[in-house]
Amino acid sequence: MSKLDLGRRRVLKTGAIAGAGLAMPTIFTAQSAAAYTNEPTGSSVVLGFNVPQTGPYADEGLDELRAYELAVEHLNGEGDGGMMNTFSSKALKGNGILGKKVEYVTGDTQTKSDAARASAKSMIEKDGAVMITGGSSSGVAVAVQALCQDAGVIFMAGLTHANDTTGKDKRANGFRHFFNSYMSGAALAPVLANQYGTDRNAYYLTADYNWGYTTEEAISSATEAMGWNTVQKVLTPLAATDFSSYIAPVLNSDADVLVLVHYGGNMVNSLTNAVQFGLRDRVVNGKNFEIVVPLYSELMARGAGKNIAGIFGSQNWDWKFQDEGSKAFVQSFGTKYGFPPSQAAHTCYVQTLLYADAVERAGTFNPCGVVEALEGFEFDGMGNGPTLYRAEDHQCFKDVVVVKGKENPENEFDLVEQVEITPVEQVTYAPDHPQFAGGSLGACNPGA
Amino acid sequence: MFGLSKADTRLFLIVIGLTLFAPFILNPFPEGSELAQFNAGYPDLMQRFLIFGIFAIGFNILFGLTGYLSFGHAAFLGVGSYAGVWMFKLLGMNVLPAILLSMLVAGLFSVLVGYISLRRSGIYFSILTLAFAQMSFSLAYSVLTPITGGETGLQLSANDPRIFGQSITDAGTIPVPSLFGLEMRDSFQLDVGAWLFTFNAGYYLCAVFMVLAFYLSIRIFRSPFGMMLRAVKSNQQRMTYTGLNPKPYTLAAFVISGMYAGLAGGLMVAMDPLAGAERMFWTASGEVVLMAILGGVGTLIGPVLGAGFIKYMENIVSKINDNILHQWFSFLPDGLEDVVVAIIYPFIGKGWHLTLGIMFMLVVIFLPGGLVEGGQRIGGWIGRRFGKGGSSAEAAAKPDAKSSPAE
Repeated sequence: MSKLDLGRRRVLKTGAIAGAGLAMPTIFTAQSAAAYTNEPTGSSVVLGFNVPQTGPYADEGLDELRAYELAVEHLNGEGDGGMMNTFSSKALKGNGILGKKVEYVTGDTQTKSDAARASAKSMIEKDGAVMITGGSSSGVAVAVQALCQDAGVIFMAGLTHANDTTGKDKRANGFRHFFNSYMSGAALAPVLANQYGTDRNAYYLTADYNWGYTTEEAISSATEAMGWNTVQKVLTPLAATDFSSYIAPVLNSDADVLVLVHYGGNMVNSLTNAVQFGLRDRVVNGKNFEIVVPLYSELMARGAGKNIAGIFGSQNWDWKFQDEGSKAFVQSFGTKYGFPPSQAAHTCYVQTLLYADAVERAGTFNPCGVVEALEGFEFDGMGNGPTLYRAEDHQCFKDVVVVKGKENPENEFDLVEQVEITPVEQVTYAPDHPQFAGGSLGACNPGA
Repeated sequence: MFGLSKADTRLFLIVIGLTLFAPFILNPFPEGSELAQFNAGYPDLMQRFLIFGIFAIGFNILFGLTGYLSFGHAAFLGVGSYAGVWMFKLLGMNVLPAILLSMLVAGLFSVLVGYISLRRSGIYFSILTLAFAQMSFSLAYSVLTPITGGETGLQLSANDPRIFGQSITDAGTIPVPSLFGLEMRDSFQLDVGAWLFTFNAGYYLCAVFMVLAFYLSIRIFRSPFGMMLRAVKSNQQRMTYTGLNPKPYTLAAFVISGMYAGLAGGLMVAMDPLAGAERMFWTASGEVVLMAILGGVGTLIGPVLGAGFIKYMENIVSKINDNILHQWFSFLPDGLEDVVVAIIYPFIGKGWHLTLGIMFMLVVIFLPGGLVEGGQRIGGWIGRRFGKGGSSAEAAAKPDAKSSPAE
């Protein structure tokens, strides 16, 4: 009885499918009909904003999302236009992209490669996103970049600092505006040599994962070239919250500089521990003990509070920049949200505009057209001065800012001050530099 | 049929039917409509339903039958994934060797972990497995970076040897996983009016494995071996007194369920050739425990339902943002709209964990038997309400019908 019941259901279902199939003369495999993945055919185009909304980098992620929403507003001609007014390319008209209204979908990467890929995949497969952007860690960026390459959509990386994103894991469909570990090293080393002299012994505490390794290598090789000596490199677990046991051995070494290759909460904790141990009041070999943090962010500075005062680091962008582009962006971001944007928000906003502009100039959403338009593209007015998207590795080359923690901050957003702007020539490297070797872009993939 | 009892055959056929027609069942709303947000019929999520279904079925063989609560099962899934990606890197892009090696490696690893952990039972066993899993995670995340790719994860590159395949295609891209030339991402799309149904090659490969895995699980549940495992759960001491050694049985169950996890890991990389260390993190192990409990521990179909439910929440609810909410409630007056959105907002998007937590609490408190019990109760209620005709058939069929969104 029951078996018969089920048989009938199956027959009905099969019949329904067969019927539907016969009734519809328009059966086609959409993928073979389109020229490329998710070709927008209607009056709108969908972009995918894939950021960490939960997990350790949720703060950055939410700020990125704010920047994306602002960018979409500006692209669709709402708001004050922000950086579109200062951008050197005038292809964007404020009527969407190629006349199509910009819509977006959001997803949560949870700062996990798997979750990020799942979320990006659903944007591509379900929502028809033609470009994916975002991310706040290099692991996620690399994972999603590879996915976008396979799927045939463009990936505009968000905050990712490790060399690998445009080094050994670079992909033709992926682009990075943010600076990288090598650039941090190259920008910081001369400033450090100036400030602290060329005869220093550096001790490294490095977060035990990919970004830590590439940054440690970049900083140590850049400073060693200046004459510094590396005493020891110690890896610390990413999940560590108490770094006392790692700081104590520093006291017993003859090191006079401590480099904290930590990011986010790690850096806040390790720096606090280091200050508690009195490292900053120490005098070794007749020199004041110094601490260096290669990658700075406003959010980290806020977490570390007054411990950050006087400590050197590098940044991609800061809201206090006085060029026209930065002022316009800070203005419209501040008007909408009531506080200044972080560097994560800046890079994401710029990436969205750069993508839209490349599509306008290429006259198509086809990833291969976009890649062509972005490769070797030179622009200005986006807050970092004249910038080049290098064709060989899809990395942006621009000036790098060396900053230090302010001694007397005026408010909670005003924590760092600019020390020097390292010109782009000084941070440029050959595409096959040893720190970036081992990868290849491959060919652009339009999908389907 | 298939050497199963009548009721089991029916359940088995239902599962086959559901997996076969999932592209239709999971896409009930027309494209472009407001409710299309709730459609789950796109390849990636459908594959996930099946893969985590397999993972949960395997976990249930250990937890549901022997009562040993492993808190480190994700380690086997992770180890399987890494093995699979290495096969892609070294041998070629055919998925079968990758999946087989994933199972084998996960099996071997579970022999090691099981042999040590099963010396203890109860909470000590759970903690031991948890420790092993966290150890594997830490190793994969940092120490073993050359083998696992560390934080970035292990992925294919154009420089891989791939002895039996191409390192790089003629078009200059990295080849994609395939089954004798049939690419896993190939899809056939069917336009029916406003609806769009996607039939994905990778999904149907997963479906074949999932159906086989489910069949094997039924056979294990009904076998004398399964009976022994239940004996371990009900009273291990008495079992020992009667002269039976429970050790080999529990170890066998542990290894079988480890191999199921390996199969899930292998399928995961076959669908998407990347393995990350987070796959082994303790929260991933906790997730499969949630799946089993949410669906119904010790039932055949329960873990699959639980897996579907959690993955649905993770992928669909987490993507609803406040913009979409405003669209939904735009018919309300402005002030009221904002209030309604403000009330719902904490539970969607980044708050999906909160919703999941509430659902989990409700299920555990009111339906200790999981979603399966819920289905049975509804079935029973309908049966009582509308007379005895066909009540038994409905009671069995209802759990699936009710939870079809989550499959």
